[in-house]
Amino acid sequence: MVKKRETRVLTTRREMLAGAVGTAAVSAAAVGSAQQTSGRVRPRAPEDPTKMQGRVPSPVGTRSAFETPERLVRVLEPSSSSRTPLQYLQGVVTPADLHFERHHGGVPTIDPERYELLIHGLVERPTVFRLADLKQFPAESRLRFLECSGNGGTAFQNQGRRRDLSPQQMDGLTSTSEWTGVPLKLIFREVGALPEASWFLAEAMDAAVMTRSVPMEKAWDDAILAYAQNGEPLRPEQGYPVRLFLPGWEGNASVKWLRRLKLADRPFMTREETSKYTDPLPGGKARMFSFTMDAKSLITFPTFPERLERRGLWEIRGIAWTGRGRITRVEVSTDGGERWEDAELQEPVLPKCHVRFRKLWKWDGRGATLMSRATDETGYLQPTREELWRARGSYTRYHYNQIRPWRVEPNGQVFFAG
Amino acid sequence: MQDILSTSLRREPLRRASPSGRSPARHTGPAAPRKRASRLAAAVLTALGGCTAEESSAPSAQPAAIASQPAATGLESAVPAPSPAEPTPPRAVPGPWPELHPGMPGLLSEAELAALRAARERALAEIADLPGFGFGEPASPERIAAWDIEIGPDGEGLPAGRGSVERGQTLYRLQCVQCHGAQGEGADYEALVGRVPGDAFPFSEDRRWLITVGSYWPYATTLFDYIRRAMPQAAPGTLPADDVYALTAYILQLNGLLEPGDSLDARTLPRIVMPARDRFVSDDRRGGPEVR
Repeated sequence: MVKKRETRVLTTRREMLAGAVGTAAVSAAAVGSAQQTSGRVRPRAPEDPTKMQGRVPSPVGTRSAFETPERLVRVLEPSSSSRTPLQYLQGVVTPADLHFERHHGGVPTIDPERYELLIHGLVERPTVFRLADLKQFPAESRLRFLECSGNGGTAFQNQGRRRDLSPQQMDGLTSTSEWTGVPLKLIFREVGALPEASWFLAEAMDAAVMTRSVPMEKAWDDAILAYAQNGEPLRPEQGYPVRLFLPGWEGNASVKWLRRLKLADRPFMTREETSKYTDPLPGGKARMFSFTMDAKSLITFPTFPERLERRGLWEIRGIAWTGRGRITRVEVSTDGGERWEDAELQEPVLPKCHVRFRKLWKWDGRGATLMSRATDETGYLQPTREELWRARGSYTRYHYNQIRPWRVEPNGQVFFAG
Repeated sequence: MQDILSTSLRREPLRRASPSGRSPARHTGPAAPRKRASRLAAAVLTALGGCTAEESSAPSAQPAAIASQPAATGLESAVPAPSPAEPTPPRAVPGPWPELHPGMPGLLSEAELAALRAARERALAEIADLPGFGFGEPASPERIAAWDIEIGPDGEGLPAGRGSVERGQTLYRLQCVQCHGAQGEGADYEALVGRVPGDAFPFSEDRRWLITVGSYWPYATTLFDYIRRAMPQAAPGTLPADDVYALTAYILQLNGLLEPGDSLDARTLPRIVMPARDRFVSDDRRGGPEVR
């Protein structure tokens, strides 16, 4: 049955508890599992844990019963998404079960023993690889971010309408994992990719039979066929058993549940790369094949629905990343962008990977507007929303990397201020 | 977020100069779009008439080739039986296909081709010390044919078959109305129908306009490709080629790009020039200080 799509407010239980704004019209069904788990009673703990034996080892670990982070599910239908709770996370690695999702035909169930990858087109040797074949090739592991190109659209188009928006609601479509797989260049050499091949089609094994055209140059650069994430086989939501992974590029091009690669001398003009993931521009044009994610940073603490309980020292924390290599600098402003100071970057600063930034801040109890902006190794500086408007128009779609401001009110409550 | 955008867009009805009428696309604006629509329809009709010679050879040869192959060779058992979920698609019609228009994004310039060659050389040099591995099995033509379903912007890959606007209307009422609305105006899912007056392209500045097949999609072949691989939602990838041609024809007709009575096949579909075809440009962002 097709479910009627509803416009639902992106609000978690925690934000409702924060109780800042009364506009959160959330039904129990609206956020699905979030409601079921967050309604639980507080777990119990012994008065003194040193006076009794603890739990015995277990085959599979779980989080502390006191920790219940959740992805935010927007709409319960196959072509939808769920968002990573960025404000909950520390460091840069996203736990695999909290990695954001974006599907175009739901999550398929694929038997790894029957899995096959077909490679054909402009190759000398059309070949079918089983999963075991792919795993037998030399592997590589890379810590890399993956971001949906629509991430941040809520913030871009908000224009002050809502203040009760969390990083998860606005920017939860980005995550970082350690991805392991075989370099695509090795596979393409193996099948004898012809020099005239300039594009390849990547096709999924889901109900959308999702397809994207990818420039061959990316295959010769750093694309991988990934079969593991944070040390274990890919999660089903992330493309189990094999996905294409294109570091630094918009997430949808890293086609999941990969079943076919076809090499050609022109792109294929699939639905996703024509009617969907294109960026309208002023002057009656639209940008096509806008793969690279430009430099971006966002504050994850303090943000809505957080409330600073006392004035004094706080650490402003956030993440920054760029699809064009390394982040070289993140600056933080606490006065709405008048003055900027460098934040500390947590080493190692890896290319095409989230980097954690931190800046100590003494809050004097007065209202303050917090911002961050990133610079990458090409000299690109994260723009303001107005700069992006000028370049692309106020209703362009995708690639929203504008600066996100946060307002700390004198009572300590933090609101989105974009 | 595409979801957010399309949801919010749906709240605003598509602006129409006249609210009534059989074909919404005919009523999105004054003379300019109508002229263009009929000119396009005329171009397609010309194509329909103009390629009868090709058609008389291709489609007649095609079904015969498909029908005769297993019987003539007696190799049915040697050909792997397609699984129920993966019906072998009808064989693609052989070319020639129309030329790609020169402004199509993704056609590489000489400089880009040189960069590609350099990237390839660099990559092969990096892994030059690694031996060949010989893993995997050769893919047979039958194995490739079972999955080789995509349609190129020039029409390459289109199967034999044909479908009319009228047949498409019947199928649409049975299979598509619930999600896309009685006239393609959108319902549970996105709108398929609508043109902007003058076929303008105001999407970066004005959110009142719906992104539809008629207002935004640059290639008609994409419509065929997507319907065949992913529609209808309850039984994706099950429509025979004739039905996909018919649905494609009907949706194009609703958008004012075909006339009632028209039909589509492998020769005519790739010759349709969509209103937004020339609106698309390649990515010109290159990093550095400039915001683009």
